[in-house]
Amino acid sequence: MATFLLRRIGLAILTLIILSLLIFFAGQVLPGDPGRAILGHLAAPKAVAALDHQLGVDRPLAVQYWSWITGLVHGNMGISYQYRSPVEPFLQAALVNSAKLGALALIVIIPLGILGGVIAALNVGRPLDRVISIAGLSAATVPEFVSGIVVIVIFGVELKVLPVTASAGTGASFLTQLRYLILPVIPLVFVLFGYIARMARAGTIEALESDYARTATLKGLRRSVVVRRHVLRNSLLPTITVIATQTGYLIGGLVIVETLFNYPGIGRLIYSAATSKDFPMLEAGVLTIGVVYMVATIIADVLTIMLNPRLRTGVIK
Amino acid sequence: MSEVVSGPATLVVAASTGQRELPSWRLLLRRPAFLLGVAILLFWIVCALLGNAIAPHNPLAQQLLLTNKPPSGAHWFGTDQIGRDVLSRVIVGARTILIVAALATILGTVLGTALGLAMGYLGGLLDVLTSRLVEAVLALPAVIVIFLFIVAIGSSATTQVIVIGFIFTPLIARTVRSAVLVESQLDYLSSARLLGERSGRVMFAEILPNVAPTILVEFTVRLGYAIFTVATLAFLGFGVNAATPNWGADIYANYGVIGAGYWWETLFPALAIASLIVAIGLVADSIEQVLAG
Repeated sequence: MATFLLRRIGLAILTLIILSLLIFFAGQVLPGDPGRAILGHLAAPKAVAALDHQLGVDRPLAVQYWSWITGLVHGNMGISYQYRSPVEPFLQAALVNSAKLGALALIVIIPLGILGGVIAALNVGRPLDRVISIAGLSAATVPEFVSGIVVIVIFGVELKVLPVTASAGTGASFLTQLRYLILPVIPLVFVLFGYIARMARAGTIEALESDYARTATLKGLRRSVVVRRHVLRNSLLPTITVIATQTGYLIGGLVIVETLFNYPGIGRLIYSAATSKDFPMLEAGVLTIGVVYMVATIIADVLTIMLNPRLRTGVIK
Repeated sequence: MSEVVSGPATLVVAASTGQRELPSWRLLLRRPAFLLGVAILLFWIVCALLGNAIAPHNPLAQQLLLTNKPPSGAHWFGTDQIGRDVLSRVIVGARTILIVAALATILGTVLGTALGLAMGYLGGLLDVLTSRLVEAVLALPAVIVIFLFIVAIGSSATTQVIVIGFIFTPLIARTVRSAVLVESQLDYLSSARLLGERSGRVMFAEILPNVAPTILVEFTVRLGYAIFTVATLAFLGFGVNAATPNWGADIYANYGVIGAGYWWETLFPALAIASLIVAIGLVADSIEQVLAG
């Protein structure tokens, strides 16, 4: 277990290094001259050179990358071009807000997705199964802003039962905050439902066809008991892994949902950094998403091992 | 995938997959989901091809006395903030998204197939390094990586095709790679090698035709994602070209007035995107199920 975990963390760090190179390349090499980008086309070359020097972007790329990465390791994620102050406080506040939205989405989606998948599996091959599978697949591929628009039009504009923005304002009570988050959560739920239901369905079908499920049925247990005690306990393992990997995609969806609903989370932070060419903020935000995703996958792996006795006690490759 | 043993069993497997090729088209035509998907897709392709010829109004014409008008007999989908006909913009808007998404997917599929064949067949350091790169790209939602690059180098049809194509390349390569690894176990490849065929010929003349069905499924799935991505980029304000009607960009331009009750300006382009993506999803899912047997 310890060796496995170390190996897993080692791989994750290697992946993060490649990711950081990719982000650095996109954020600091491709845009060309940041001083020019900030000051505009009409600025004097001298002023541009001075600003470039102040920002440190006139140094060799390797030096820039090294100082960026060592800064990150020391918790210094850079100075925002936009606000002329360190990016961490902005990032921290945004992460907390996104975590609220993301957590609410997960609380809704996990039971719903599992339920959908299990119902589909118990009706495998019948129309209900096809309907759930195709609906899940379709919902998963429709962009969040499209389903977001549809729910805004229905619940916010026509029925007028829910607010069309997500921020309840500062000092709002928990229930008010919750009410403001209902609409933004729906597009996220749409996107994740398909994946989770698909995994729960596959796992349940596999468990239903297993020898122990047949034995349980043959010894005369009622179907509900077989499903609850024998099938579900085994079938939900792969689903846990999928839920964790989907956390990364959930954050991707946040960029769109937060922009659409004007919610001050990490997605909107990245978006506003991108539109104002605030590359340090953009890079820090994107890398943070990468880190969150890595942590989520490692937790998923550990959970899978802990829940599966064969993996817990056996040799893990 | 389980390992395929060599010997007679392999021949049976190869023969049965070979025989399945022919009737699979007929099996597809029997699936209502496939037919529905193809019908919707064809509808949008016709819109993209004919565009202005079938649009009831000029999609660019502004009628400043007819702004924000709800759907009516003259304007089925209503008019937008500067009085343009929403229906015409939805019809003509099919062209940009279909062209950009299709070209990006073709680019990604061609590069990804070449890379995947090389990774799977040649292996070695190339395989190790590329696999890590794939992991890194997968650690973020593709939309965010693409967004980052588009922000950095600017948005045009060409940059979108190139960036989306390049980001799709490792993802497609991964799928092709695993299909190639299964093929590598089969006898015909050892025969080809023993006959002294060059690696390039083995990869493109021997393996490629056998992994083609996998590539077809991957292409369709990726096409759906490409449309998702192009639409999302346009919604985030990184559209292809402001002069041509564009579903995502129209939503971006008009969603500020939803709260005022002008829902038709955003809802119809949104439904257009949804129907196109769902159609491609139905086609991809049907092909995948038929090929899986």
